[in-house]
Parts: sequence; C-alpha cells; structure tokens
Amino acid sequence: MTTATDQTTTEPERTATGAGPAPDDPFDKDVLPAPKGASRALLRSLLAPARGRLRLSALVLLLQQAAVQAGPLLVAVAIDRAVPAVRRDDYGPLIAVGVAYVVSALAAGLLQYVFIRLSARIGQNVLLDLRGRIFRHAQTLSVDFHERYTSGRLISRATTDVESIRELINDGLQELIGVCLAVVYISVTLLYLDWGIGAVAVLSFVPLRLLMRSYDRRARSVYRRRSTAIAAVIVKFTETMNGIRPVQAFRRERANEEHFAELNAEHRSANVGAMLEMARYVFLSRLVANVVLAAVVLWGAYRVAGGGLELGVLAAAVLYLRRLYDPIDQLGMFLNSYQSAAASLDKIAGLLAQRPGVPEPAEPRALPERRSGMPGREVVFERVRFAYRTGGEVLPRFDLTLRAGQTVAVVGSTGAGKSTLAKLLARFYDPTDGRVLLDGVPLDSLAGPELRRGVVMVTQEAFLFSGTVAENIAIGRPGASRAEIEQAAKAIGAHDFIAALPEGYDTDVRKRGGRISAGQRQLVAFARALLADPAVLILDEATSSLDIPGEQAVQRAMATVLRGRTAVVIAHRLSTVEIADRVLVMAGGRVVEDGSPAELIAGTGRFADLHRAWRDSLA
Amino acid sequence: MTETHEPPEPPRPAGSRSAVRSLLRLWPYVRPVRGRLATAAAVTVVASCAGLAIPLALKWIVDGPVAGGDPSGVWLGGGLVLLLGLLEASLFAVRRFVTARPLARVEADMRADLYGHLQRLPVAFHDRWASGQLLSRSTTDLTLLRIFLAFPLTFLLVNGATIVAGFVVLLIQQWVLGLVLLAPVVPLVIICAYFEERYSRAARTAQDQSGDLATVVEESVLGIRIIKGFGRHRGQEKAFAALAGRLRGTELHKAHLLGLLWAFIMSLPELAIGAALVLGVLQVADGDLSAGTLVAFLSTALALRWPVESMGFLIAISNEAATAADRYFEVMDTPVPPQETASRPANPPARETPGEAPQETPRERSGLRLEGVGFRYPDAPADAPPVLDGVDLHVRAGETMALVGTTGSGKTTLTALVPRLHEATSGRITLDGQDIAAMPRERLRELVSVAFEDPTLFSASVGENVLMGADGGGEAELRRALEVAQAGFVDSLPEGTRTQVGEQGLSLSGGQRQRLALARAVAGDPRFLILDDPLSALDVHTEALVEAALREVLAGTTALVVAHRPSTVMLADRVALLSGGRIAAVGTHHELLRTNREYALLMAGDEDRGDAADAPYARHEGGRR
Repeated sequence: MTTATDQTTTEPERTATGAGPAPDDPFDKDVLPAPKGASRALLRSLLAPARGRLRLSALVLLLQQAAVQAGPLLVAVAIDRAVPAVRRDDYGPLIAVGVAYVVSALAAGLLQYVFIRLSARIGQNVLLDLRGRIFRHAQTLSVDFHERYTSGRLISRATTDVESIRELINDGLQELIGVCLAVVYISVTLLYLDWGIGAVAVLSFVPLRLLMRSYDRRARSVYRRRSTAIAAVIVKFTETMNGIRPVQAFRRERANEEHFAELNAEHRSANVGAMLEMARYVFLSRLVANVVLAAVVLWGAYRVAGGGLELGVLAAAVLYLRRLYDPIDQLGMFLNSYQSAAASLDKIAGLLAQRPGVPEPAEPRALPERRSGMPGREVVFERVRFAYRTGGEVLPRFDLTLRAGQTVAVVGSTGAGKSTLAKLLARFYDPTDGRVLLDGVPLDSLAGPELRRGVVMVTQEAFLFSGTVAENIAIGRPGASRAEIEQAAKAIGAHDFIAALPEGYDTDVRKRGGRISAGQRQLVAFARALLADPAVLILDEATSSLDIPGEQAVQRAMATVLRGRTAVVIAHRLSTVEIADRVLVMAGGRVVEDGSPAELIAGTGRFADLHRAWRDSLA
Repeated sequence: MTETHEPPEPPRPAGSRSAVRSLLRLWPYVRPVRGRLATAAAVTVVASCAGLAIPLALKWIVDGPVAGGDPSGVWLGGGLVLLLGLLEASLFAVRRFVTARPLARVEADMRADLYGHLQRLPVAFHDRWASGQLLSRSTTDLTLLRIFLAFPLTFLLVNGATIVAGFVVLLIQQWVLGLVLLAPVVPLVIICAYFEERYSRAARTAQDQSGDLATVVEESVLGIRIIKGFGRHRGQEKAFAALAGRLRGTELHKAHLLGLLWAFIMSLPELAIGAALVLGVLQVADGDLSAGTLVAFLSTALALRWPVESMGFLIAISNEAATAADRYFEVMDTPVPPQETASRPANPPARETPGEAPQETPRERSGLRLEGVGFRYPDAPADAPPVLDGVDLHVRAGETMALVGTTGSGKTTLTALVPRLHEATSGRITLDGQDIAAMPRERLRELVSVAFEDPTLFSASVGENVLMGADGGGEAELRRALEVAQAGFVDSLPEGTRTQVGEQGLSLSGGQRQRLALARAVAGDPRFLILDDPLSALDVHTEALVEAALREVLAGTTALVVAHRPSTVMLADRVALLSGGRIAAVGTHHELLRTNREYALLMAGDEDRGDAADAPYARHEGGRR
C-alpha cells in the first residue's frame, strides 16, 4: 500500500459490477494513451546522440561483412583461377588468395570486436538515457498519478520493459544491420557471379518479405499480450512480498498461489503463442529458402553440364545461397525482440507522455526576504477550490489566511478534507481554481528546491529508504553534517534509540526499515523535517504511532526549534491540538469552526464536542 | 534430453565446472519435459545433418552426372537437394513446436515455486532482501533460463554434434586437410576457458546491479511522498544515475570480453580454412584431389563456420543462465523453518474441514502463555543484546492484556512471535496449553488473528480483504466485522463492499485502512486476537465508537493489544509493561500508574510539563504519584 489520501481518488460513479473496474479509465490499462507516433519519436530522440557512433558502427559492419563474405568468393577464385595457374607453375594467384584469406579472417575478427564494443556503447548509452528519463519523469509526476498508476507498473516499466529494449539494442541491432548488409553483399555478389542465379535469389525475397510481414502482424498482438501479462505478474509479486506479514498471518499463501497461478498461466500461454508464431515463421521461410536452393542447384548443374556455367561459380553460388538464407531465423528473432521492444516502448512512451499534474514553473520566482526576521511565512489560500479530475468536489471554494509563525491545528473526521488542504499547501496537488500564496508568491511559481525551503510535509507513513539512519535523516537537508543530523535527532528525542542501534547512525535500515518500529520511523521522519528547516511545516498525522513521551518530545521541539515557523498540524490526538494557536475544524470540505483552542472548547460547536469525547475516552 | 552441457566440440573448459553444476540444478524442473527436449535435440541433429548433406549431394551431382553429362542424374540430384531441404525445414519447425509448451511450463513452474517458497519464508528473510532483488529473480532470471533451455542447451549439443559430424565427414574426405582444420581447436578451448570465467563474473555483477536498480526504482515509488515532500528528486536521481552508470560500466566490460571471444572464434577457424584452401588447391593442381572433392570439402568446412562461431555466444548465454540459476536457487535454498515437529514445510497438508478440528475440543482453556521467551534477529550482531530476553506473560482465557512499552521496546516483535511470523529463539509460547512450535503454522494462524500497525490491504474487494481471515465467512460475518471496526464508510464507496482496494484499486485513507485491517482481524471470531496499536490513525470520535464495539468482541476473546495511549489501554483488563526485553510489570492501568514510574511516564508524560496536553490525564488520575 502506498496511499494515504484522505479521499477516494476515483470517481464514485463506477458502475461495473464484480472485479472489473470501470472500462473507461485509462489507468486500468497497462498502456497509457500517448500521442500518435510517440514511441517512434522517443526512439528517435534516444538514438539521436548516438548518430555518429551509429554511422561508424554501420561502416565497421560494412567492412566486417565484406571480410566475412569474401570466403566463398576466394574459394571460387582458387578453384577457377589458382588451380589452372598452379598447373602452369604460376603460384601468384594462389599466394594472393591465401593472403586475402588470412587478411579477411583477421579483419573479420578484429572488426567484430570493434563493432561489439561500439554497439554496446550505443546500446548502453541509450539504456542509461532511457532509464534516467523514466526515473526522472516518474519523480516529477504528481502524487495523484502515482496513486493511480501503482508502483508495480512503474517498476515493470523501469525493469522488464527497459530490459526488452536492451535485448533489441544489444542483439537486435547487430542482427538487423548485419543481416541487411549480408543480404545486400550476397545478392550483389551473386548477380556478379551469374545474372540468372542472382535474379532467382533476389526474386526469392518477395515471398520471404510477405512471410515476414505476416509474422510481424501476427506477433505484434501476441507480444502486447505477453508484456501486459508479465506486468500483472509483477504487480502481484511485489504486492505479496511487500505485504508478507499480513500474507502469512492471514494464511493467504494458498489463495495467493491460486491467483498467481492464473496470472502466471496467462503469461505462459502468451509465451507459448509467441513461440509458436516464431515456429511457423521459421518453418515457412526455411521452406522457401530450401526450395529456391534446390532449384538453383538443379538449374546450375544443367548449365554446368552444358558448359554454360563454371563449376566454381556454381559452388560459390550454392555456398552464398545457404548463407543468404541462414540469417532468416535471426531476422525472425530480431522481429521477435523488435515486437516485444515495441510493446514496451509504447508503454514507456505512454508513461513519458503523462504531463506532470504539478508542473515546474516556466519562470520561477524566489521567495521574498522574510519580513520580520521570523522564520515562518504567511500562507494565503485565495479563492481556492479543489476537485479531483475524475469528478467529485472535495474542497468548495474558500479563502484562508495563516499568519506567519502561527501554529494551526486542523481537525475533523476522516474525509473532511484535512489532508487535501495539507496537500494543496505542500503542492502535491494544484488547486482546481484559485491559488495558494506563500508570502504573496504563488506556490506554482516556485521552483522545486525553493518550494521545499518554504514548505515541508511530514506524513503518517514514515517510509525509510535503504541506507543508513543518518542518510535517511539527511534527506531533509542533503549535505548536512553529522553534528547537524545528531542535533536534529536529539531535538526530537530520537537520538537515544538511534545510538542504541548496532552501528548507531550508520546502521543500515535494510528493507523499508523492517527493524525500526513505526514510532521510531516517525521520529526519524521528524528529524528529517527538523533538518529541512522549512518556513512552513505540515504534519499530517505525523505523531500517530508515537507514545506520549515521544509526542511530548516532538511538541517540545516544535515549541523551541520550530518556534516562529508557520505550522499546520493535522492530528486526531487533541493533545497535539492544544499546543496550537488556532484550530480549524473541517467538515465536508469546509472550515466550520475557526478560533483559539480555548475559545472553541468554551463554545458549543463540534470542537467542544470532540474535546469532550476525547476526554471521556481517557476515562 | 539428459545433461548435455558438455558439447563434444569445442569441449567445455575445466573452469566451467561450477557453471555446469549450477545448470544441473535445473534438472528437477527439466525432468518432466526431458522427453520433449530430447526429441527436439534429436530432431535438430537430424535437421543439421540434412543441412550438411546438401554439399555432399552437390558434390555427387558435380562429380557424377555433370561430369558424365547425364541429365536424368542431374534431376535426381536436384530432387535429393530439395528433399533434404524440405526435411531440414520441417525438422526445425518440429523442434520449436515440440518445445514451446513444455518450456513455457518450466518457466511458469519455476516462477510459481519461487513465489510459493517466498511466501513461506520467514518475515526475517524478507526484512533482509529487497523485493527488487526478488523480483528480478522471478522475471529476468527465469526468462533467461527458459531461453537457455530453448536454444543454447539444444544448440550446444546440436552444434557440438554437427561440428563432430562435420569433422568426421571432412577427415573421411581428406584427412590431411581435415587435420589442418582441427588445428585451432586447442587454442580455442584455452581462450574460451579464459573468457568464460571472467564473463560469468561480469554477468553475475550485472544481474545483481540490475536488481539493485530495481530496488531504487521501487523505493522511489513507494517513498514518493517523502521525496516530494522534501523536494529530493535530485538526490534520488543522482543515486539512480550512479547505479545505472555502474551497470552500464559492467555491461561495457561484458561487451569487451564478448567482443574478444568473438574475434578469436571468428578468426582462428577461418585461418585454418584459408590454409586448407591453399593446400587443397595445390593438391588439386597436382591431381591428388578431384575438384568436386575440394568443393564439397570447403562447402562442408564453410557450413561448419556457423556452428563453431555460435559456440561463443552459446557459452556466454549458458554462463549467464548459470548465474541466473545460482540467483534463483540462492532464494530457493533458503530453508523454510520447519512447520512443526511432525510435518513437512514445503507442502503444508491440505487443511481438512475448516472450523473445529477434532483434536482440540477437550483442552484446558489456559489462554496465551509466554514462558521465558527470548528473541534476537538472526542477522543481529553477536554482541547486540537480544530484543526480548526472558519474557514471561500469561494472558488468561478471555482476558484482554494491553502491552505497553517505549517506542522500540520490542512490542511489535513480541506480537510477531505469537503467529510465528518470527520464531522465538528461546522459551515457549502456548495457546490454551498447546505449544505453538508444535502446531502447523496454518492451524496456528487460524487460531490467532492479527491487526498490524501498518494496515496493508491487498488488491481485492473490501469484502475479500475483510474476510481474508475468516474461512468461509459470509455476508453476515462481513457486516459484523465492519460494524465492530465502525467501517460504515464502505457503503458509500462506489461499489460498496465489492469496491476494489489496494495497489490496483481505490486509495483509502490511513484511518479507513486501519479500520478495515481491524475488521479483518476480528472477522471469523478468532480465539486469540493480537492488535498492534489498532486505533492510532482514527479520529477521536471514531476511536470512541470503535472502542465501544471492540469491547464486546474482546469480552470473549483472549487478546493482546499493543497500546500507546491511555484510551487504548482502557480496552484491556490488565496491562503488561515491556521494558529492557522483559515484562517489567503486570497489573491494571490504575495499579501501574500508582506503582510504576516508567509506566506513569509512558502514559502521562513528563511530570514537569504543566501544559494543557497533560491536563486530562492529570485530572483523570487525580495527581500522578
């Protein structure tokens, strides 16, 4: 689970019954819509920086193929020219053939090496670029997007889909260029050796081309199906592994296995389909090739018998023909990897075509100098309205001003819009209408780093990244010194437990902080926020797993370290609320009460009720 | 097909022993399809021989009918070539048709086994292994293994056989020229041995690095709110770029090795063919050799070029497959802790009728008892103190015990021991007198139901998520559980209890998820209930309602409730204070507040804090100490 919105994020009008979600949500499908030709444009832009190297590698391959294909020609020369010459005691042609053979053998090997290095460099650069683009792009997309796209799919974009493109580039490229060159060379040589045989060979490309096209068409859908199937397998797999505790505790193993078996079987059958298509293609193309070969042998032998053709030429022609058709399988494999890469490329292009819901400003502005020397800044919600793009208004139009340095508590029941308010302030979302201003500057005109100097949000789910505890705290301010990190941890009351870890601050939190309790994780998250030193701090249920001493340490830290900062605290614990200067009570997306805690408690509104209920709960 | 990773030609170098051993481990999966694979290999050998016979047919035409001017002989020869060609094409197709299904099955079976095994590995294993690493084993590595079984394995055999057959043909035709062609074999073997070792090391590094890359991707997606909240894209991108750059370096190193291997494999045999050509021409000129024989000889030699060259990449793929197999079996070899003394771990016995199993009716109802329970994480440093050290605790039947302790005192760890998510390293835990270590896990987890601090929901409907723990629970059960957890909000979801939630469904808030997790725990009326801070994300109002409903459930259930708050503690009959790895005190909330300083501090906070936050507790307790 990666989500903690306060609202349901999809429209409530879903009508489909049973398991299938509404059919018209593009996020239900694996491929997000992308403009036509997006995958092609993506491919072009990936290959653009490699243009020079691509040309060079084509040249290398050209020479290499020349060296490789020289063999049979030299055999023909040896038989037709060198043999008679030697009989005349003229060893010149033989020596020439021998030297040429040695040179071509060495050149073929050397050029092959050069080509492999070159093409690997091209391929790896493309992959590096592509991986980086996916990663960076995913990072710029809004939280809203991530909640809908799901982590499993994103992971499979960045892993298996990139992998299939890697296969295409690694092996496919060489195969394609190599095969094309070989075909051209061989055809030209055959035509040179004998017009008739050459023409037959060239004509044979017509049925082969048709076969290839039919294969291409048929394989495309199979590959698309396979790539979707493996993505489903990945989603199930990651969900299970990330939720292994409840999986085991609720004995989901068998049910999971059954479900996994279904997904696995779908992938298997798509796999079989792909392999059978390939088999069909290989059979038919081989058949064409061998029939042509037999025809050439027959026809050639007649002509040799009639004296119309030299024996050496026939021998060479047969050798070349075999070679001409040898790469047919390889071409199929290339089409294979091309198909699966194309399917992957479509998905990646669909992902990259997603525009960030929260775009970076074109002309970023800087925050003004602080007015009063106080670290906090003023927050103004100006005629803000928020609705999810799928419909359903969450926050009707409202105006709200939070004075600099004010600590504001926001309370209200689940679904009242508290978290949405916080997310608008943190610019996880942009308002549908109106704007949010920080010291008079709209949030959407602040560049990322500037925005985060202004506003930082600590959420309830305190995720730890793999790495050390110190590194996790330093996310708040990269480049912070150890002393600063420790100071932040001490201020929040996290120092003692961190110091007690096997390697103190250098302890690796391992996978998602498995060994650090939820409360401790929240403390680390707080230390992070403290270190970030923002003008506005948002705490969204950030103390829910802390015990009372822990919460008090946090409150003390807020009273001292964060004094003068603007703070928005969302909490169910009214103990947290009571340190606030001001309380906003929200219901149905609106602020229904607004005042100091004392005022509200003294009144007769919802907060007074809540407060009473809370006190009763302690009894 | 039996284990044919030892192609006769060129022989596998001695350094590859371990690669062969890794691949041999695939045998149990390959066994069921061995017939198909063997058929495919046999068919391919025949097909290759048919291919090789074509030059011989040509020689026969040239030396026979053509030289003798016999047109009907030419027809015969042409027919022979056609026949051989048809045979070759059909057999290659047969190979693919025969293996497609079985090999896809092997891949799927291996994946299913890995998944099943991972599900049963202890939580401690999953704490250590990044799921990206597990995922890359389940996808990329297994695909590689299937490809290995489909092509390299067959072709190592077939091309090996082709090479041997080809050389036999060559030696028979012309043994001197044949020997010339054999000359490069020795250097090639040495070179292959040299590269293979290095290549397989590089391949392993690359696979591990791409697993790490997957982990970074995964974390950056799961932690997206933190990255965004702190504006740390740059840092994540840098980490990602560094890893991706390292992977690129490894891949380039692999390409360098592969390129060199190719260069040798291409050049050396070609040089030998060149030498044979020169020698052959001399012999033909001297009349020692017929022109037809030389043509056939060279045709055969050139036809062998592909099988010989292919050895290079076949060996490379086989090496990568071997490391993939290593990575796969690394996980599969991690033992599943024994189910119980009597039964086998891998195949838990199919559960008989759900509900009351016969053996348990007449048992003392002694509740949950922990005796001298100790626990340390298997990967903890030797000098680190154990997390739990001699925990003695008795939760009487039907009693609710709150478990209180400072953050990080081991409360959650302790609760994980009861359903055996972690195995206690010492001591004994009994449920109604029955040692949990002697119980099948399945049975144990049927008895004990848990609500986790981190309420994970799965991609399924709300109803399925809630009824997960209640075997065969129906609509009534679902309603009751939702009622207890005050999860009435589900009815306003788009499709009510059939709404899909989890990874692939609707996003719910923390409080909503927590209530569903609570409903899941209480569904099916478990005998023992473990709740880890079950109300932390609820607002005050909802919390009060849940507490009221939960009290009824708890009245008849033996329960252990981890609590941070007095309000949660109030659900319990008694409270146990966990401190320093053991139970420091047990008593009612009021008793402990009076008698235990640590407890009072935990429940009421600092004494010297006079601010409003403490006031309610202070008033409630009528003066702490």
